[in-house]
Amino acid sequence: MNVTAVLAWRNLWRHKRRTWLTVGAMIFCNILLVFLISLQLGSYQMMIDNTLSAFSGHIQIQHSAYNEEQKMYQNVPAVAQLANTVRAALGNEANVAARGVAFALASSEERSFGIQLAGVQPKFESQVSTFPGLINHGRYLADSHAPEIVIGAILAQNLKVAVGDELTFIGSGLDGSFAAGVATVVGIVETGFAEVDRAVAEVPLAWFQEVFAMGESGHSVVIRLPALDSVEPAVARLQKVLADDPILAGAGLSVLDWNVLEPGLKQAIKSDMVSAWFMYAVLILLVAFSVLNTQLMSVLERTREFGVMLALGTRPATLAKLVGLETFVMSCLGMGLGVLLGGLLSFYLSYSGFYYPGMEEMAQKFNLPDRMYPQVSLLSLLWGPAIVFLGAMLAAIYPATRLFGLRPVAAMRAV
Amino acid sequence: MSAIICKELCKTFHQGEQVITGLDHVSIEIKKGSFTCLSGPSGSGKTTLLNAMGGLDTPDSGEIWVGDTRLDTLARGALADMRLHNIGFVFQAYNLIPVLSARENVEFVMQVQGVAKGERRRRSDEVLAEVGLQGMEDRLPSQLSGGQQQRVAVARAIASKPKLVLADEPTANLDSKSAAELMALFESLNEQHGITFVIATHDVRVMGYARRLISMRDGLIISDEAQQSHSMVV
Repeated sequence: MNVTAVLAWRNLWRHKRRTWLTVGAMIFCNILLVFLISLQLGSYQMMIDNTLSAFSGHIQIQHSAYNEEQKMYQNVPAVAQLANTVRAALGNEANVAARGVAFALASSEERSFGIQLAGVQPKFESQVSTFPGLINHGRYLADSHAPEIVIGAILAQNLKVAVGDELTFIGSGLDGSFAAGVATVVGIVETGFAEVDRAVAEVPLAWFQEVFAMGESGHSVVIRLPALDSVEPAVARLQKVLADDPILAGAGLSVLDWNVLEPGLKQAIKSDMVSAWFMYAVLILLVAFSVLNTQLMSVLERTREFGVMLALGTRPATLAKLVGLETFVMSCLGMGLGVLLGGLLSFYLSYSGFYYPGMEEMAQKFNLPDRMYPQVSLLSLLWGPAIVFLGAMLAAIYPATRLFGLRPVAAMRAV
Repeated sequence: MSAIICKELCKTFHQGEQVITGLDHVSIEIKKGSFTCLSGPSGSGKTTLLNAMGGLDTPDSGEIWVGDTRLDTLARGALADMRLHNIGFVFQAYNLIPVLSARENVEFVMQVQGVAKGERRRRSDEVLAEVGLQGMEDRLPSQLSGGQQQRVAVARAIASKPKLVLADEPTANLDSKSAAELMALFESLNEQHGITFVIATHDVRVMGYARRLISMRDGLIISDEAQQSHSMVV
């Protein structure tokens, strides 16, 4: 090892406690950052999963104009058959269900309310949506042709109906005809989202198609995948399937991924990330000040020594490099140990998961996972610590630049 | 041949409103291979003159030449290079780097000079042996006596084979025995390697070693005499 490196290393341990305090601050900050960023990425994953599993799924095949404007006539022909084609194309990993959607006036004996009525395949809907799992009274739909309905808890309250009561619908059919039907309430759902519980109801797809004169058509094929990574290849695969089939190719269909289906989701994640980074920046700034303080003290107390080195012919830039090297070694220690400990903690929790008080009850209530799992990746391990490292190195600039103002004779007189 | 030429050097210091004269039109020529002492009481200007000769401080006016190089007009970087390659310094308080061993202290200057590792090691062991510190290469300054530390400082000063060594009160912190040993070492280095020594001191025993004794007072040279060198009485 060259003498400058030896000098830098030994200088650090002249004041072991001070060095360890600074390195300790970096380690603590890095552990916290690795854990929090892993948790943040894990929570985004969970947030995306929860949002997409509520209703929209990861991918939908719709009429090209339907996502912008939900009109009855912008539909998918032979929707159940297309769902089977998609199932065959994507294999067992993908869960696929067909849907139709209409707006109707739902009336009980006493009251009427406007609702969004979804026609679903009872056999497949629970595989793409958490909605069927949120029944708190009665049961979910069972028969694809039965005049049955599942409604939100608030809607049930507003309409003053319970399981076993009948509801009447009035709406507009695909051909513009008057659509009307009577269905028995078999289940009441409580999703926890007031807007859903107030205005959403599900009926069997075949019965829905009959009431709204849809024929074989519907409005979407919903696809739920095991992981977000699978979305891009699945979209490409489905686009090829649509393009290769002459009938489907001419139907004006689009394959939409979750970014298009839930544009607010990515925006919410971005906003959350910005606010989280504001907090991280404060943390990093504190560590940078700690390094600045340590290195400034270290430079000031070695003024005489630096004066001697200057007198011997060492250039100020060499001394500045020495201070930089000391900071580099401290930062490496802080980063290495911080990433190691933070990584181990996050890695362990990414398998075991963890929960906070009240989370289990909430999860049970909304049919969501009852544990959070930090997501450990190269990004979560190195992103924060790299910025701490950079901050520490920047903090050493001021103490290092002071060396350029030293004069040998004056510096050697320093106590 | 001249090792150093100073022409009309002036230097003043300001202490509050008081102006102190450090050097008052000092002119002096130091021959190559000579052994010169600058003497005088505290505040006489000997350290100021020594610092100016070594390029550690710049005079207000006048010229300083070390060999063919005029120091007072050099930029800081060039001045640092000049010191690094041509001048060895020995200070009163040893001024070793406390966290480096004797060998590493000697190697440090050579490393700054860009000397290769193997050569640094060979040369540092050689000069440490020359100053009588064989076997103590790995000791830290805190594990050495004052005399030994000053020997390390001398080894550091001569490791890069300078033609000129400037020493400021080198024996001030040493006992008589160590001081005598150090001066004998200086004398030997001067005689064997032809290194020019300029020593600032107010120790009369050290002055006895000088072949030229320059006395100063109030920034002026008041006497400049050649003399016979004689060993210091322990």
